[in-house]
Amino acid sequence: MVDVPYDRIADVPPAEVPEVELYHPKSWWTQYVFSQDAKVIAIQYSLTATAIGLVALVLSWLMRLQLGFPGTFSFIDANQYLQFITMHGMIMVIYLLTALFLGGFGNYLIPLMVGARDMVFPYVNMLSYWVYLLAVLVLASTFFVPGGPTGAGWTLYPPQAILSGTPGQDWGIILMLTSLILFIIGFTMGGLNYVVTVLQARTRGMTLMRMPLTVWGIFTATVMALLAFPALFVASVMMLFDRLLGTSFFMPALVEMGQQLKYGGGSPILFQHLFWFFGHPEVYIVALPAFGIVSDLISTHARKNIFGYRMMVWAIVAIGALSFIVWAHHMYVSGMHPTFGFFFATTTLIIAIPTAIKVYNWVLTLWRGDIHLTVPMLFALGFIITFVNGGLTGLFLGNVVVDVPLSDTMFVVAHFHMVMGVAPIMVVLGAIYHWYPKVTGRMMDDWMGKFHFWVTFLGAYLIFFPMHYLGLQGVPRRYHDLGEATFITPSVHALNAFITVVALIVGFAQMVFLFNLVWSYFKGRPSGGNPWRATTLEWQTPETPPGHGNWGKELPVVYRWAYDYSVPGAKEDFIPQNQPPATRAVQGAAT
Amino acid sequence: MSAIILFMAVIAVIIGWWLSQQRLTAKPWLEEGSIDHFPGTGAMTLPAAKIGLGVFLAVASSLFALFMSAYSMRMNMVDWRALPVPGLLWFNTGVLVVSSVALQWAYVAAHRNNMDGVIVGLCAGGASAVTFLVGQLLAWQQLRAAGYFIASNPANSFFYMITAAHGLHLMGGLVALGRTTAKVWRGAEMPQVRLSVELCTIYWHFLLLVWLVLLGLLTGWTDDFVDICRRLLS
Repeated sequence: MVDVPYDRIADVPPAEVPEVELYHPKSWWTQYVFSQDAKVIAIQYSLTATAIGLVALVLSWLMRLQLGFPGTFSFIDANQYLQFITMHGMIMVIYLLTALFLGGFGNYLIPLMVGARDMVFPYVNMLSYWVYLLAVLVLASTFFVPGGPTGAGWTLYPPQAILSGTPGQDWGIILMLTSLILFIIGFTMGGLNYVVTVLQARTRGMTLMRMPLTVWGIFTATVMALLAFPALFVASVMMLFDRLLGTSFFMPALVEMGQQLKYGGGSPILFQHLFWFFGHPEVYIVALPAFGIVSDLISTHARKNIFGYRMMVWAIVAIGALSFIVWAHHMYVSGMHPTFGFFFATTTLIIAIPTAIKVYNWVLTLWRGDIHLTVPMLFALGFIITFVNGGLTGLFLGNVVVDVPLSDTMFVVAHFHMVMGVAPIMVVLGAIYHWYPKVTGRMMDDWMGKFHFWVTFLGAYLIFFPMHYLGLQGVPRRYHDLGEATFITPSVHALNAFITVVALIVGFAQMVFLFNLVWSYFKGRPSGGNPWRATTLEWQTPETPPGHGNWGKELPVVYRWAYDYSVPGAKEDFIPQNQPPATRAVQGAAT
Repeated sequence: MSAIILFMAVIAVIIGWWLSQQRLTAKPWLEEGSIDHFPGTGAMTLPAAKIGLGVFLAVASSLFALFMSAYSMRMNMVDWRALPVPGLLWFNTGVLVVSSVALQWAYVAAHRNNMDGVIVGLCAGGASAVTFLVGQLLAWQQLRAAGYFIASNPANSFFYMITAAHGLHLMGGLVALGRTTAKVWRGAEMPQVRLSVELCTIYWHFLLLVWLVLLGLLTGWTDDFVDICRRLLS
């Protein structure tokens, strides 16, 4: 084993960095509150999303208390139950997961990972957060208005969403739609930043095929979100018109309490098309960043290059494209031409191919890797298992004939919670444990982290596995009280009580996590700049946490892909992306 | 949903074409070192604002394509009664064309370093855009006076909603145009102005194109075209 010169021509002089017009904060307010620094905005997004997410967590407890012990809690009536499920779903899907993955991780990681100083439009980026905060406040205000929040279900199907039988018909639905419109405006501002930063602000040497998969995932998801959210926008505007101005876009002729309403001729199915044209890509808007992040976690903590990087990139792009032509599989029971049902079932099942490629590649990355069972790795492993489980039930539901009897049962609830609830949250948690040292300069406590993982992981299975069984029994979703029916066996009640107890425990375990976040910020072990010995650029910043402008005088230059782990002959088991290929030991060169 | 599907197909072609230039078949694990011998794979060299506008136009097109999809689905219901198109719309269309031409004038002047031409173009473009908006409001007035209220028929609802969406986009454009004009007013140098003028011009042409498509839809001109397409497909 000897040192040999290696590819000298590859040495590139540092990129000439033009004088970047970075905004420099002048006061405490512009540094920490009205900040234009993507890292501060990321933290603002994350804290706001977590805060509203906690509200949604409490709502899920209240629902579970009612389902597990019906009749015991007199303060939860049928209307409130419907309001709880609506707000829980909407908050978790849009205001927590979408905001956290794109606004939180996107803002923090994109500029650092592609070697940029900041987002390309910092002012617009700041506005994006404040509009998002406004959307969250408008949403939260519905708890305090007369009639309370809307109880229309997170899908807000008309006509019931705006009829008087549905709770929150006065203010709840109006504010919900307003909040969604605001969210979409705010997201579009942020999304433009994420996309253009990846397109235009990558540092020298950072080709698309050298980008970490995290950036690929967030980038593709943002492109999808920019194209899909307008559908929700259009649907929300049209429903607001129906509710406030009396138009009949979605509202058919109706008789309510013996009175003919002013509506007539509208099409509820039209709303469903618009909603799911957004709604299905939304699943992947949440899943693709998770796919990307988990690839990086697995590669780093198994000290092995990602298996099939090209396939991983192609699969992300393919999933992004396919997810736009499957939306009607949410509408099998709304009635459709059998040819359409066949078409949408086929496209739905085809998505399993790129998804399966990703799962295989994760497993093959682990295969014979030097697996470190750190907390981020545990969550990454938890994600793979959970995603496979949730994905398999997706194959059931993608088929029209299987979906029709299972539709609107607890089976569907179990499916989507596994695949787009628990699985992405596993990645969010793993990613927080992974990048927390970069954000704060301190490690999170390991013992509390492992406790948090095991309770969350095992608890999630104890909650959602039995729900599949409940669904197969025919237990409907969105029911406040199951009442007396022959198919509701005693085991259903026993399981419901059991699920409730576990849900309470898992919820409390999240408090340990929050405590860990705060405690480690003050008392955590100092982490140094690159505690996981990772290759990607964000770990190579001159300061930790990275300073304003991210890099010192010169931007980093990228010489290699993001996954040079355990390279044979290299001195260390990782080679950072910005390390030039000057000399390196080549095994067997002497012979 | 055919309008939005068609639009998505166009977007997919554009993205696919761009990706095909990016060496997605590269084997990055073998390519250590500089990549300077693969030109075109680095970051885009266009100004960020221009790319940003391009992405925004895609988002806005998606929005209008969805309005059109909703329109074409809803118009097949039995209660649809097409509303008479006010003659004023033709005048408004002419004014919007003038606005676009004026900005094109400003754009050409900016490239010839003719600051006076830029000022004339920007002011004429802004004034005619405001005239267009006032004209649209008058058209609403006329319809209301003739008894075509927003809730009386879905055709009316769509007319008001879609023209409002287009008008709001134009108002957003006027903010950008105002900032550009203010920049010129303060005596900014030509290189600083040129990009702003170009972006405003692109956006104006885009809004003119969207308006022409919407006008075709609202006046029913495109119905025959859609019919022909449908026959070709079936």
